[in-house]
Amino acid sequence: MGNIGNYDEKYSSFRWKMSEQELSYGKDGMFNLAYYCSDLICERGHGDKLAFLWQGFKGEKKEYTYHDLSVASNTIAQYLAGHGMKPQDRVCLFMDKIPELYISFLGVLKMGGIVQPLFSAFGEDALFTRLEDAQTRAIFTTMKHVRKIRRIRDKLPDLQFVFVVNAGDKKLEKGEYAFSLAGIPRVDTFDIYKADPEAPSVLHYTSGTTGKPKGAQHVHSSIIAQHVTARWALDITPDDIYWCTADPGWVTGTSYGIIGPWSNGVTQVILDAGFSSEKWYQFIQQHKVTVWYTAPTAIRLLMKDGTSMVEKFDLSSLRHLISVGEPLNAEAVIWSEKAFGKPFYDSYWQTETGAIVITNFPGMKVKPGSMGKPFPGITATVIDEKTLEPITTPGRVGLIALKPGWPSMFRTYWNNKEMYDSKFKNNWYICGDRASIDQDGYFWFVGRDDDVINTGGHLVGPFEIESALLEHEAVAESAAVGKPDPVNMEVVKAFVALKSGFQPSADVELSIMNFIRKKLSPLAMPQEIEFVDSLPKTRSGKIMRRLLRAKEWGEEIGDTSTLEND
Amino acid sequence: MSEDLKKTIIDYVKKEYLEEDSEEDVDENTPLISSGIVDSFSMVSLKTFLEKKFDIKIPDEKATTEAFDSVNNIIALLTEFKVT
Repeated sequence: MGNIGNYDEKYSSFRWKMSEQELSYGKDGMFNLAYYCSDLICERGHGDKLAFLWQGFKGEKKEYTYHDLSVASNTIAQYLAGHGMKPQDRVCLFMDKIPELYISFLGVLKMGGIVQPLFSAFGEDALFTRLEDAQTRAIFTTMKHVRKIRRIRDKLPDLQFVFVVNAGDKKLEKGEYAFSLAGIPRVDTFDIYKADPEAPSVLHYTSGTTGKPKGAQHVHSSIIAQHVTARWALDITPDDIYWCTADPGWVTGTSYGIIGPWSNGVTQVILDAGFSSEKWYQFIQQHKVTVWYTAPTAIRLLMKDGTSMVEKFDLSSLRHLISVGEPLNAEAVIWSEKAFGKPFYDSYWQTETGAIVITNFPGMKVKPGSMGKPFPGITATVIDEKTLEPITTPGRVGLIALKPGWPSMFRTYWNNKEMYDSKFKNNWYICGDRASIDQDGYFWFVGRDDDVINTGGHLVGPFEIESALLEHEAVAESAAVGKPDPVNMEVVKAFVALKSGFQPSADVELSIMNFIRKKLSPLAMPQEIEFVDSLPKTRSGKIMRRLLRAKEWGEEIGDTSTLEND
Repeated sequence: MSEDLKKTIIDYVKKEYLEEDSEEDVDENTPLISSGIVDSFSMVSLKTFLEKKFDIKIPDEKATTEAFDSVNNIIALLTEFKVT
């Protein structure tokens, strides 16, 4: 039995108010979530407790207590205020998983700013789109990534400050400032911005089928949901050593790599390195990790190295394993029971929901392959695509829908209220995924309801890829779709028609791959390119991606009556 | 081990996966995947480069993160395809 106790009892009796009370949310008029992740823990007598241990690829380590975290985030807040930064200013974090990334997240919020975390592997085009949309005023980065910003800086008139972490004596350009926590005055107490509970806090960009990526805007009171879901779904307790492998450039890395665990006063361990089964197991063994939150893609990569690799390490500290990002296949659940003696518990949520909404809970029977059941306080169902009414027949597939009103629900898409409104139908928030519910109330994921590609747990928009492909000198037209992949669930496949004068070749294929990887990100890079003479289009000239996608998935092509050459 | 082969791969990794004036250096023992220089998604472009350059086809089961984790590991993999 986990922290949640009896699921059915909790589901019927839980009110969000209970989480607010546990947090003391609103204490002395304070609603700023950064306070609850650092200062409050200190006030409760745990200032000397380790907030996080950071380990770099070469094994170097840094440790920060909750007191250190409080002071360091104060210092950053003061530093920003000293530069004239104002509440509601957007401050982007564009760094690898270094300590300053985690600390500045709280520092920006303490100053009253809106944090805009972006995945550090983004290329300059992906970065530009998101900074331009948010009218970002400042960015924290490192020497490793500053060149990408330099290449687009002229096109970003709102970007006043580029803070380069640990720049040392490196030559910086105009508008760039060397930033070092050790090099600026320490601030023991800071007048934390008295944010309204509904004040914007975090802006996470996510991809859709059409148009540019959208900034899902969250508010300070999201912590009410992130706090209790971390307690009950991740099952963390103050005595745990918790490892969330997600990068804070994505929502999992902030909701459950910062807010959830620290509001619970947990010790986190952070590994800033690429994937390696051996190094991951070593990390768990060395730091005696008890709760591990990771992604199906990583689990499937671990599976490739087999249980023999697991047996080389003492992983007996592991108590609870959770997965997020894409549906966890039954084989992975069964494998983890064999490898670690316990299953991975799948959890479902998305950037827009801000916190876990459907999950498998400790103490509940795990049905391998199922998403689990709704979190207490969440009304979830599947609705009929046409009537928009809940489906009552077990096993019948519909759209996953949530009753609006949970604390961590996004409040808008930045600069795109129209798109935000389109997500709500018949008083339901429509997640964009299809699923069914069985006779026991368990949800079963079926697939996306749009053309967005879920690769390695991250959503990639086909439109953004196709737009970038058109910038390549050889590409006349293109379509990007998801194709099945045994490790990443889906990978990007591009269908490309070349301009005259270019012939399909391995050279062109590699050139296109690297072009997209650098412009957008490794996630958006087509893992396969199929050269075609032309693409299927409707009579109005719109590319019919669904035909191409259906072919990749071996599905029925469906209605082709609008096909141009049919 | 052919020095030319080693140089070809190192030069390609530096050119494609590091920024122009990056401080990071790459030699035959530098971890590539586990260090994050080449992530698991970008590994596919490195594989495509090797296949194109040496006119081989590396099966997916051989293209593991371990096999691509250093230039030395890649050279060991290539020798299986008689590339030296």
